[in-house]
Amino acid sequence: MKSWRFFLPLLGFAALGLLLATGLRAGRDPRLVPSPLIDKPSPAFSLPDLVEGRAPVSRDALLGKPYLLNVWASWCVACRDDHPVLMRYSRKPGALPIVGLNWKDEAGDAKRWLRQFGDPYAQIAYDFEGRTAIDFGVYGAPETFLVDAQGVIRFKYVGPLTDQVIRDEIESRVAAPAAGAK
Amino acid sequence: MTMMKSFVGAALALALLFAGNAAYAIDPLPFKDRAEELRFQHLAAELRCLVCQNQNLADSDALLAKDLRNEVFEMMQAGKSDSEIKEFLVQRYGDFVLYKPPVKPATWALWFGPALLLFVGAIVLVVVVRRRGAQVAPGAVGEEDLP
Repeated sequence: MKSWRFFLPLLGFAALGLLLATGLRAGRDPRLVPSPLIDKPSPAFSLPDLVEGRAPVSRDALLGKPYLLNVWASWCVACRDDHPVLMRYSRKPGALPIVGLNWKDEAGDAKRWLRQFGDPYAQIAYDFEGRTAIDFGVYGAPETFLVDAQGVIRFKYVGPLTDQVIRDEIESRVAAPAAGAK
Repeated sequence: MTMMKSFVGAALALALLFAGNAAYAIDPLPFKDRAEELRFQHLAAELRCLVCQNQNLADSDALLAKDLRNEVFEMMQAGKSDSEIKEFLVQRYGDFVLYKPPVKPATWALWFGPALLLFVGAIVLVVVVRRRGAQVAPGAVGEEDLP
């Protein structure tokens, strides 16, 4: 009998353990759906602003300057964690304009939400039907897209933003646009 | 014969069980005939609901699933083919939206892994059985060995 054979089950167990450990690795969210839209031109849209009297919000009008597109709704619980981070970011000097995409919301509820928690948005596209959200591959709010001056989506974050995500994922890409383009 | 009958009975019961679970659209859509409805249900059953990810589009009553069902329905009305409709969703949500992922290098392990494992298992089995057969001399195992 060759003695190495006794180690086969142990080896198999180690391999299985390794496989499962990789699956459980911290920071890996199995619900996260990788977006096929990264580094692709943002879908075209043109929607009314949530606030009456403001110009419609469209992709073409936003070209020429990078911005954040933040998908939110008053019914979205996690947006309440997302919101203060956006408020802090919007007050920073040199911060990108934040364009809201109000998703499947009642206009009255959305406005009450902004009165209650503050308004970090430069413009707010009002997507009651959710068509634009589908074009952006949105599957849950909050979601945040970084769109560059050419209208190309550079980064997408699913879930409530944190100051760390703003710093490490968004500001780093804005400071070094070449790095984001790679 | 009775074996056969009970087998058929069990199969029927199973079929009924799954039929009860079949994809019924939660919100009634104005289909023009049964064929169109069947096509829609077939398509919706192949698409994943992004919100509750272990449900398909047909079974989910999430808000987004309803929107996507409407989108699929409207594309059908517009005369789009099944593959065009799937392509529309894949462009936005990635391959993840398909319950049946396409065969490409990234999914080879997924598609062929189980068959490969089965094949390796079969080889191991054959080798082990042959060795055992060779080790035991003919006639060594008989009824006289049993207690």
